[in-house]
This record gives sequence, C-alpha cells and structure tokens, in this order.
Amino acid sequence: MIQVTPFHERLSQLNKTGLYVHWSGYLSALRYHTTAKQEYFAIRNSAGYFDGSPLFKHTVKGPDAERLLAGVMARDIRACAPGRAQYTVWCDHDGYLLEDGVVFRYAEDDFLLTCARPNVGYLRDLARGYDVEIEDVSADYGILAVQGPYSRTILAKLSDDVAGLRFFQLTKTKIAGAEVTVSRTGYTGDLGYEITVPAEHAVAVLDAVIEAGTPYQIAPFGEEALLMTRLEAGLVLIGVEFNSARYAFNDHERFTPYELGLGWLLRGIDDDTRPFIGREALRRERDTGSSRWASVGVVLDYADYDRLFRSEGLIPPKDEHPLPWESMMYDDDGNKVGYATALMYSPLLQRHIAMARVRPSHAALGTRVHVETTINHEYRTVAAEVTRLPHFNPARKTANI
Amino acid sequence: MAKNTKDTQDVAGQSRSGSRSYDAIVVGGGHNGLVHGAYLAKAGLKTLILERRSVVGGAAITEELKPGYNFTTFSYALSLLRPDIIHELNLVEHGFMPLLMPTSFAPKQDGDYLLLGKDHDQNVREIARHSAHDADAYTRYEHDLERVCQVIKPLFDRVPPNPWGTTDADAENMMWLLSHLGSVPRKVMHDTVRLLTGSAADFLDDYFENDLLKAFLASSGTIGSKLGPMSQGSGLVLLFHSMGEYDGAFGTWAFHKGGNGGFTQVLARAAESFGAEILTDAEVDQVITRDGRAVGVALSDGTELSAKAVTSALDPRRTFTQLVDPLQLPTDLVDNINRYRFQGVSSKVNFALSGVPPFPALDPSIDHFRGFTNIGPSIEYIERAFDDAKYGWYSSRPYIDGAVQSVVDPDMAPPGHHMMSCFVQYTPYELRKPDGTPGNWDEERDNLGDAVQGVLNEFFPGFDDKVLHREVVTPLDIERVAGLSEGNIFHGELLAPQMYFFRPAPGYSDYRTPVDGYYQCGSGTHPGGCVTGGPGRLASQQVLADLATRKS
Repeated sequence: MIQVTPFHERLSQLNKTGLYVHWSGYLSALRYHTTAKQEYFAIRNSAGYFDGSPLFKHTVKGPDAERLLAGVMARDIRACAPGRAQYTVWCDHDGYLLEDGVVFRYAEDDFLLTCARPNVGYLRDLARGYDVEIEDVSADYGILAVQGPYSRTILAKLSDDVAGLRFFQLTKTKIAGAEVTVSRTGYTGDLGYEITVPAEHAVAVLDAVIEAGTPYQIAPFGEEALLMTRLEAGLVLIGVEFNSARYAFNDHERFTPYELGLGWLLRGIDDDTRPFIGREALRRERDTGSSRWASVGVVLDYADYDRLFRSEGLIPPKDEHPLPWESMMYDDDGNKVGYATALMYSPLLQRHIAMARVRPSHAALGTRVHVETTINHEYRTVAAEVTRLPHFNPARKTANI
Repeated sequence: MAKNTKDTQDVAGQSRSGSRSYDAIVVGGGHNGLVHGAYLAKAGLKTLILERRSVVGGAAITEELKPGYNFTTFSYALSLLRPDIIHELNLVEHGFMPLLMPTSFAPKQDGDYLLLGKDHDQNVREIARHSAHDADAYTRYEHDLERVCQVIKPLFDRVPPNPWGTTDADAENMMWLLSHLGSVPRKVMHDTVRLLTGSAADFLDDYFENDLLKAFLASSGTIGSKLGPMSQGSGLVLLFHSMGEYDGAFGTWAFHKGGNGGFTQVLARAAESFGAEILTDAEVDQVITRDGRAVGVALSDGTELSAKAVTSALDPRRTFTQLVDPLQLPTDLVDNINRYRFQGVSSKVNFALSGVPPFPALDPSIDHFRGFTNIGPSIEYIERAFDDAKYGWYSSRPYIDGAVQSVVDPDMAPPGHHMMSCFVQYTPYELRKPDGTPGNWDEERDNLGDAVQGVLNEFFPGFDDKVLHREVVTPLDIERVAGLSEGNIFHGELLAPQMYFFRPAPGYSDYRTPVDGYYQCGSGTHPGGCVTGGPGRLASQQVLADLATRKS
C-alpha cells in the first residue's frame, strides 16, 4: 500500500496536475503546476518548497556513535562539529560507493543520518561491540526543503534562529509552535534550508511557511524541478550517476568517490588515526592514478545543435527535462570517451548542459567531445565542451549575511 | 537599477576627461545601440555609446517611480531577442534571466474567460469549453504558423539582400533568397503570403469560430500598429510577433528579471565588459561629416568627438533628417524617409496595486496572472477600438495587453503588492477632435488613464480599490522621453512596404547610408521593432567588414 507523507494532506490540495510518482514507498508529486519550469524559476528567482519526507532517517546515538560513523563514512565525521551537517558517502571495502547521505550532528554523541535507502541493518551489523543505538525514525519526521533566493527572508519571519545559519549549519528551533530542526542544506544548488519536523506538526509548519512565503510568490515544487536544479548544481543522484555497489553485477556498475567527482570528501584520508571502510583501496586508486572515469560538466555547442536540427527541417528542441537515459560521447575521431548521465536544456544558462563521465584523458577543461543524439531516426552527434561542475553556483548559496 | 545607473555615470565621468577619439561611436543607448556597441567592442574597436538620458535602455527601461514599485515605463516583455546575441555577448554571465510567463489569460466582461497554459492538451480542453470546432483547429493553427515561422527565421537573422545591387555579393544574396523560398512547400508558402499581405481576422477565420479565441490570437496582429484586426497588413504583424523563439519555442514570451530595464542593464554590463564606454547625459546634436564621410559627432554641449565610424541607433527620421543634413543625401532616400509611416497608436498605463486584479471566477488563485492578460474579448471590440483612432481620437474602450509582472518576478513590487503593466491601444499620436481641431495629449493624459482604468474596473470589479499609483505614458511621452518619432514603438510601422529590403527605404536596407562611415542600427532597419537586437547585431557586421576593408 502506497504511503503518504505528513505534508500530503495540504500538498495534495495544492497539486493541480494529479501527477505523482512513487518514491521509496510514498506518493511524491512530479509537479504541482502545468509546467515544472514555473517551479524551477520559483526556486531560482523567489522560493520553492519540496516534500523530502520519503528519505530514510536514522538516529545514531551513544558514546561510540562518532567512532562508528568515522569508520563507516568516507568523509571524516570528526570534522563535523555539533550544530553542523555533513554531506557524506560510504563505500565498500574496494572503495566503491554504497550510498550517500547527510549527517546532522546534534551533539557529541547524537547524530541523524538522512539517506535514500534503509541502512539500519547495515549499520547495526557494523556496530557490534560499539556502545551505540541505531534507530529508524523515518516515519516520525517530515522534511520540508525551502529553497531559493527568498528562502532566508521567508524563514527568518518564522524563527529568529534561521538568518544567521551558515552553509551546512543547523539549529533546533520553533516554527508554528513545533520543535523543528532547520538546516542550511538542500539539493538545488541555491540558497536554501530544510526543515525536519515531527510528523504530527508537519502541516502546521508547512502552512506557516506558505503564509510567510506567499507575498514572495513561494511555490511548491515537485521532482521534475528538483531534477533540473540538481543537474545545474552538479549533485550526484543515486539511480542516475551511481547505484549501490552492493547490488552491482560487475565493475561497470560500480564507481568510486574519485570517479564521481567526490574526491574532495576524502580530505584527511592519509590520517592513520581514522581507518574507514574502503580507505586502502581509495588511497591505492589515488596513488596509482587508476581511476577509470572523471566526472565533468559538458556544455553543448548551441550553434552546432541548432544547425543540426535545422538542416533536417526541424525546430531545435530545448527541453528542460533531463533525459532519462545516458548519452554517449566521442572524441574528434569517433572513439567513445564517455557518456552523459543527465542532459537537459537549462533555461537559466540558455544551453544544453550535462553531468558526464569521461576517461581521465579527456577531462581537461575545454576538451571537445561529441554528444550523441538521434535525429530523424539516425544517430548524430553535437559538438560539446568539457566544463567544470557545478554549472550553476550562485554566491548566495554559501554567502552569510 | 539605481546603482547601475550610477556606475554608468562613473564611466561617463572618466571618459569626459579622457580621450576624444574613437574607432566607433554609437548614437543612442537603447537596446540596439547597446547590442551594436557591444559587438563592435568585442571585435576590438574602441567604442563609445552615447545616450541622451541619464539612464541607458531607451524604450527598454525600468523605473522605480514609487519606492519599491518598479515600472516598465515602455516595453514590457521579451521574446524576439535573437538567440545568437545571448551567446555571442555572454549575456548569461552578466545576469540575463528570462523568467517564464506560462499563461495567457483572456477575460470576458461576463466573468467567463479563456485561460491557456503550457499544457497543450489542457489548452485543447479549455478551447473546447468555448467551441468544440476550435479545439482541433487550434492544433492545426499552431503547427501551420510554426511552419511559416521556420520559413521567415533565416530571413530574420541575415542582412537583407539588395535586389538593386550590382555587386557579385548582391547577386549571391538574391540567389540565396530565391533558393530558400524555392524550397518552401506550396501550402506553407501560401500561408506565408496570406499572413504577409492579409488580415489577422481573415487568416484566423479559416480556422476558428469562437470570437474570444480569435480576438485573443488576433490582438498580436495589431500591437504597435495603426491597424485593426480586420485591416489588411495585420497578418504580417501577427506573424512578426510569432517570430520570438525564446527557449526554442516560436511565439512564446518571457519576462526579464527586473523588467526590460533589467535586460538593458545586462546589455550595458556586457558592452562594458568588452571595453565599450557608455556616456550618459550626452545628447548628440549632429554627425560631423567631412568630404562626404562621417568623422565624428557633436554633442549638444558643444563637445566634439571623432570616430572612424558613427552608427545611429535612432529611428530613420532622426537618422536621416536630424543627425545629418538631408541635403547631403540622395533625394529618393529623403523622399522615402519623409513618407515613411510612424503614426504611433500605443500608450502605456502602468499601475502599482495593493493586490492582484479581482476576478471572481478564478480567485483566490493568481496563476492566471503569470503571463499576459488580454483585454479584447472579441474581434469587434478591438476593431471598434481601432475605429476611434482612424478618425483621430483615442478608443473610448481601449484594447489592453496587461501583465501583472510582480507575479512573475516578486522583486517588481513590495511583498504582497503588485505591478501591472498595461499596453493600450488605440491612442493616435496626432489627436483630432470631431470638429477637426487638434487635440492635445498633455490635456488628455488623465482622461486616457481614466478610460483604461474604467475598462479594467469593468473586467475586474473592484480594480479601482487596488490602485496605489498610476503612470500614463502617451505617444507624445514616448516621443519626448524615449525619442521615438510620433511615439511609434517599432521605429516605424511594420507595413509590408517598410519591411525587409524596403526598411527603412528601398536600396538602403544594408545598415550603411549614403554617407561613408555613417551607419544605422535602430529598429527602423531590418528585422524591425520589438526587443530583437537584430538590427544592432547585423549592422555591426557591416561596420566591421567596412573597417577591415578600409584597413587593408
């Protein structure tokens, strides 16, 4: 039986499309309005809110909580002070990615892990002999992401503790009388926050956000707009850029943090005081340069794209929906050098942009590649250039007031 | 906005005391002047853009007339901007941001409405609510119009060929045109000609029976033009407005962040990033010529600045009869410019509102205000509004193209409050009373505002109570402030004999002029009016080609 989130009662009233997908066993709106592009512009020019409640939420508490997470997570949790959040990944022994998630550190011995798949069993198995309690609290909380340039202005009207929050900082505070956590986190690459609220208070908090945001044209957004913004932000997505190595049948389906462009998480990997799962394999990969892939941005040559379609009598399509398949990429000689995992037309950048994986030999900025597409039922290629990720990175995302 | 204006003036301050000699001087800092200057600077020319007013943008400006309320005084949306310009001038880097306008709303006086959006199938159902016949006709109409736009697009983005030219290049360009047109399928060609020569109403009659839908579609055939929807020639204007290809879709419109003033500030930043200087409060008195060639400009304060090339971004009347002595010019050009039609009929009435206009059938949603609001519920309504203007007076019940811009961009008004831009027709530049005596726009300004507000109150009962501030911009104001002759928003009518290789005059459509080193890049040149940037871009190619030839 499909479940509904704690916000569903209100959000279903606002959904003018009736379009939902199933996300981790919950109904999740694809979009609320006739076009997701409207929601996308709310995120980029005013503010939008997104129901992230279907994420799994696990508490990790106890004297050994830090030691456990330090050994499981590839990123050093010891560098995450109480009152801060940390994006992290965890790998298998061979350094291949199992999953990613965000850890909230409430206190020295009190953590909350948010992730796309359930992990209580995995963590408890690893915690044998540790003085730590791992519980699933997924259904106890709703998560409301409030994202966009006006998100701070709006939330500051509801709580005095929000305006001063720094990027990836969090605070316990009260909104609409409810005890909530507000973290300066999100998945849109914009200024934004996430409110973690006990399920029973979810609708009251949502109503308060809507009321405070309405003068700023705040709008609900669904998965389509989220996928557009996360591509511009260059944020990896399980099921698209990677799948858990746990369920892979061969190494083509496995990726390391380095290969996914997440090497920056591994700062301190040479610190011998913190052995963690996959560390030796990852150091070996780094030292021998054995990464098979480099993650890059790719921007299509707009003129070549338009010319190609026009020469076939077609109007060049500019679709902001990321393609749900991989697009192969070639060098000038037609050798395959990589593939785009997500490709769309960015209304903000006015170009087709992609997140892509290329052989390390083709990862230099400015490298020319050719992205495959189909026109009139034939394979054709469009010239493109390797760029840096993220494609869109406004100063407001990390700026303090 | 205010900050950027100040920055521009700082640049101005520097250059007044600096060098007086340039490679290129552009007269007029409207959007085409800025585009033109940016291209020249990008090509390495030492370029100066001169603007009479204290703010660049020309007719594409945003003004904070009341603290927190931003008025798009003149032009108010973006569609026909040539996509090449966005990329070639790196506009995204400088803040280019076309916000989606996802709806089109056509209310009726009886409280019913037509509301179209971005879901084609929902649109078909909405149209079927008004006419089952028109539901599938709409799909055919859209496709047929797109095919015609495909035909016109290559003409839009090239310097028009010169049928009277004598060079090999002229012959080549004509061959290109003939071969392009030769490849157009029979039906598409016929549709093209019917649109280029006929009336919007006739063309739409072939598809539709519902008057509300027809009037909504026909209205774009009258924008900025002294034409009713039944006038021959309104088909061309309809087609022209369908040529926008914002985000790859023909005929869609966007609202630039901060209004079109926001857009021209982006252009100014881009131009400056390439090294162009912008000098505001610098009115050009005349173009200085020596031995039949342009060598610089004289400002009205007496300052003289020299340049190898001077380009006028002003309209053809100012370009050929005011900036230079028309006696220097061939008489056929001067004759053509003298009879070139301006006859502006458009006004703006802009409102600061304490809330969105009330519309009981759709309240409390405001989604119907996310795009344009078309007040012209029948072909006859618009045609009768035109009738008034034919005989010299403004419409007693004007046609209005409204946009509640603060719904699209909350920064246009304080939180919870709104800005509504209303484009109004018909308001003839030359007013003539029934007894034949001339009228005076300075006396009629408030009456026009009242007429517009009266219509809005009729469609949105209670509108009056929401009005906090009203700005009325008559054709005379458009001429005085933005410098557009007779207040014509396109630098001259979009009539067939004033288009393509006839714009602004036959034989003078390649952006050059009979005066060596003197060029034209305003909307009075191909492809014409609206915020296209096309004239500025295409003219820059000619200037650069000529300077390169002269060097070698």
